[in-house]
Amino acid sequence: MMSSPDRFSSKNAPVVGTAVVNSPAIRVQQLCRHYRMGETLIRAVDGVNLEVRAGEFIALLGSSGSGKSSVLNLIAGLDRPTSGSVIVHERDLAQLSREELAHYRLHTVGMVFQSFNLIASMTLAENVELPMRFAEVDRAKRDSLANEALARVGLEERKNHRPSELSGGEQQRAALARALINRPQLLLADEPTGNLDSHTGTEIMNMIRDFNQQLGMTIVMVTHERALAERYAQRLIFLADGKLVGDESNSAGATEKDYPRAETDRP
Amino acid sequence: MKLPDLTELALRNLRESLLRNSLTTIGISVGVASLVAMLSLGIGLQQLTSRRLMKSGLFDTVVVTSRRDLRNFGREEERSGPAPAESRILDEPTRQEIERLPNVSEAYPDIRFITELRYEDKPHLTMVAALPTSAKSSDAFETVQGQFFSSDVAPEAILQKAFAEELLGKTPKPGIDETKVAELAAPLMGKELTMRYAQRETSKSASSAEAADKTTSGDHSVSSAAYSVVSREQKLKIVGVADLDPESMRGPTRARVFLPLGLAESLHVMQPTDLREISRAASDQPVYSSISVRVKNPSQVQKVEDAIKKMGFNTFSILDASRSIQQFFKVLDVFLGIFGSLALAVAFIGIVNTLVMAILERRREIGIMKAIGASDGDIRKLFFAEAGAMGLLGGIVGVALGWAIGQVINVGTNIYLKSQSFPAEHFWSVPWWLVAFALAFSFFVSLAAGLYPARRAARLDPVQALRYE
Repeated sequence: MMSSPDRFSSKNAPVVGTAVVNSPAIRVQQLCRHYRMGETLIRAVDGVNLEVRAGEFIALLGSSGSGKSSVLNLIAGLDRPTSGSVIVHERDLAQLSREELAHYRLHTVGMVFQSFNLIASMTLAENVELPMRFAEVDRAKRDSLANEALARVGLEERKNHRPSELSGGEQQRAALARALINRPQLLLADEPTGNLDSHTGTEIMNMIRDFNQQLGMTIVMVTHERALAERYAQRLIFLADGKLVGDESNSAGATEKDYPRAETDRP
Repeated sequence: MKLPDLTELALRNLRESLLRNSLTTIGISVGVASLVAMLSLGIGLQQLTSRRLMKSGLFDTVVVTSRRDLRNFGREEERSGPAPAESRILDEPTRQEIERLPNVSEAYPDIRFITELRYEDKPHLTMVAALPTSAKSSDAFETVQGQFFSSDVAPEAILQKAFAEELLGKTPKPGIDETKVAELAAPLMGKELTMRYAQRETSKSASSAEAADKTTSGDHSVSSAAYSVVSREQKLKIVGVADLDPESMRGPTRARVFLPLGLAESLHVMQPTDLREISRAASDQPVYSSISVRVKNPSQVQKVEDAIKKMGFNTFSILDASRSIQQFFKVLDVFLGIFGSLALAVAFIGIVNTLVMAILERRREIGIMKAIGASDGDIRKLFFAEAGAMGLLGGIVGVALGWAIGQVINVGTNIYLKSQSFPAEHFWSVPWWLVAFALAFSFFVSLAAGLYPARRAARLDPVQALRYE
């Protein structure tokens, strides 16, 4: 993937091709994920069908144990379905080898977590740089790209600090910078504000919306806070006991526009 | 992931649990050190032995005897070839012929006889042997007090320590430290010895009649030979006292007084073989009981032996003995190597343990790496790199440690040897290939130790790993 100096600031980033715009970015079909725990079979995900358009911002809602995180992990390629399929940009993840799946996670998906998941022994700059090491980006380029990404989330001053020296909000911003570094088309967020106070949470959510609106990234966010989802997401998907129980489009999330949208964002 | 990144991350991870990884690395070092120490001891001892043996002249010497010398008769290998009675005589032309063989540096007769020596008018009976000038460079005469013969024909003598003691009337008392050679040499140096010996004097014409009588029974006509035996005296100047091992396998050292070879030859001392060969010796050329042949290179001993055997003589060399010595050292090396490797095997388990612990500890980190796109291969390589780095580091420290242990033992042994008035020796040898081998070995053993942990880390389920706190 080519990198340009304005890759994080472009307001009309051609992130997704036309073919992708016309077909759904993510298509989940009859998705099942069952675990066996001793004698009992746990149906974490049980026949979910879902389509997400490119550039859409959706929220997966449900109580704990509803299967929302499991769906997210399946879309992220961290887990494999028991049956059914997850098709992202026309590629069925179930058909990919472990190696291809790693490549998919590296280049197509960016993830943020409730617990930030930065590597404690590394500075922010090193954390942000890490995916580029896996992607074998040139050493010379990596520094400036990492700085750029940190600058975008306002952490360039703190790049040589370790995660433990930072506040939760700062850590989550660093995690966002890391998620962005390989320029993925998909941002998957698992309770990104779950460990943050409301003010910091808003800050993070605004950033995620920026990515959606400015970079045209498709966003799938797992949350149990309906209010948060209603404020930012364009669509709310409700899950219970591994099943999809509701799919509402949310005009509030769609209309709350602080920024002009990329023209490829919505048809 | 590229190698520089891999190395950087691996070293960073090793630094993170510094104590544990240092301990593991020390474990590897001890293993490598013990391997290096054991093997260098084996190699050093082997080198020491072959150095000594080479210097002793054992390995480049072939002793030639005539088949007529019936002492060897009936030995398995001698059954082929001409019958003793028909075989050739070991005389001067033969010696020259042998000397002209390829790869032969010299061939000299072994002259040895028992005779009387007078010192300060007291007679002493002892074995006298002749030494070629080349003996000067051999190990046996390295420790000679005084000097070696000034020339090959000089009327000089070197005494064996025991004989020097006898001349001075000093008998070594058991339990008391042996007298130093230098102490013995001082009063004797430059003194005169009178050697009385039986000279063989050819007197062909004078005794032709008797000789003719003797040989009439022969199948074919042999020119008759006769000689008379005359008692002679030869004054010898003592130039040196040597402390030779009387048990040494080398022939000349069994004697107690040594003369220069040229001088000994010119004396025409009556030899026991003279009696046996009287019927054949057609000329006044001396006949030798045996000839020592020095070969330029020990590896050519076999060829020279074969060539001499073809000429119709019996030969003897220590070659076969040396082969079994080398075999012994091979076995010793393997044995020491196995012992040395035991410590490395323990270190191997240490690496596996450390890395398995690291997986448990860094489970979440592995999960994170996978979530952000690390492939199984990346994780596996990372653990391999950590194992390899520990192995290489441990190897370097271990080689240094092994070398140091060797030096300490070497120095310590030499101090002991010196206190026992033995010359210092170099037992310990760490050749460069051993260093390279030890480093490579510890590196690959560590990689092998990393095999299982790396595989386990790579197969870690990221979802579970991320859930792990």
